[in-house]
Amino acid sequence: MITYLQDHFQQTVERFYTHAWLAVLPLVIGLVLAIPLGWLASRYRRVYPGVINLAGLLYTLPSVALFVIMPSIIHTKILSPINVVVALTIYTVALMVRVIADALLSVPADVRSAAVAMGFTGLGRFLRVDLPIAVPVIVAGARVAAASNVGLVSVGALIGVNQLGSLFTEGFTLDVGSIVLLGILLCVLLALILDTTIVLTGRRLTTWQRAVS
Amino acid sequence: MGVIWDYLGNSAHWSGPEGVPARVLEHLEYTFLALAFVCLIALPLGLFVGHTGRGSVAIAGSANALRALPDFGLLVYVVLLISGRLPASLAYLLPSILVLVILGIPAVLSATYAGIQAVDPAARDAAKGMGMTGSQVLWRVEVPNAMPLILSGVRSSMLQIVATATIAAYVSLGGLGRFILDGQSQRDYSQMAAGAVLVGVLAIVLDLLVAGIQRLVVSPGVTGRFRTAGPRRRPVLISSSQEGSVVPTT
Repeated sequence: MITYLQDHFQQTVERFYTHAWLAVLPLVIGLVLAIPLGWLASRYRRVYPGVINLAGLLYTLPSVALFVIMPSIIHTKILSPINVVVALTIYTVALMVRVIADALLSVPADVRSAAVAMGFTGLGRFLRVDLPIAVPVIVAGARVAAASNVGLVSVGALIGVNQLGSLFTEGFTLDVGSIVLLGILLCVLLALILDTTIVLTGRRLTTWQRAVS
Repeated sequence: MGVIWDYLGNSAHWSGPEGVPARVLEHLEYTFLALAFVCLIALPLGLFVGHTGRGSVAIAGSANALRALPDFGLLVYVVLLISGRLPASLAYLLPSILVLVILGIPAVLSATYAGIQAVDPAARDAAKGMGMTGSQVLWRVEVPNAMPLILSGVRSSMLQIVATATIAAYVSLGGLGRFILDGQSQRDYSQMAAGAVLVGVLAIVLDLLVAGIQRLVVSPGVTGRFRTAGPRRRPVLISSSQEGSVVPTT
């Protein structure tokens, strides 16, 4: 494993970066899309079951299937990394929309009343009261999404997208277990880095939690 | 979109050992075999840990650690590791099934344990006060109350297995993943797309099936379908994503 890493250092670092990008980009885009959708679902009772059921349905689809179907829907090339990004964005939205909707629904009524009494309305109340209170739950959801994205990106090696998952296919073709093991370890490392970043970001966004205690 | 139907519309692809029905059956076989082992291992363990509270830290820790492992990498690694030591007939089936079982366990285990733990302590105390023994409390109070969560664990475990079994075509397993992998190597996109659609449909149908079973098995007193007056309690299922029992599909 060490020799392989020495011989292929540059290539492995590049694969690590690509893997990180392919996992982070869908997470960020997905989060940005899921916030307004989650708000809609929490605000309008009739929207909620529709959105949640659609999210559940999308989450049911196996990732390989989604990767393969993508080109025929968005007209990309079959080997394009965009397929992976779009597919993982769909998963992230499907997971986060429900988390965000439920988090917003669980904002205590007295907090909301207090905010209204202080003159918060509409978008201002959402951005400055409801959303910050939902942050810890959103962080928990984002951690799950990040960990799953890292694993799912590696499946992209099957449709020819070059990243850490390529170490699995390479190791299998060469019949060398240690290359596969290196890929697994680097995936776990990446997942760990992302997880720590999300937790720290969450803490910075919720400074009041420490101010009170 | 049209290319997807090219392959499925050709009747030659619907018969023989490499036809669609045969591949669907194979996929179902792997899924149920693995799921049976998962339930056999994870259900008793989850019930034990949930009921006694012993080993809960170890379970939460190992479930999280397993989640960080890339399924595809684990699959390839285990196959490389043990397939050389097995007789040829088992060399590809056994390691794949083993990995499917390993990956399926955390969802059922943590959901079962969390479901039992989440049972209202007042209900448990009342059962004890009525003179129920430990096992009666478990089977008559804790299990029925935890049923929605346990079944949602089985559901996500099953989806995980269906998805990973597809990838396992890469390490020579049969099933619907064959269309995707073979299509890829033959540069035949319509075959790949057909495989993808079939796997998607299979996952949805199986999911609906378990959802149906869930409605039949879960006591109406637990889901709140029974109630007519008072505020409706939200079914426990809603919070399952926060309980961490939902394992993303591969």
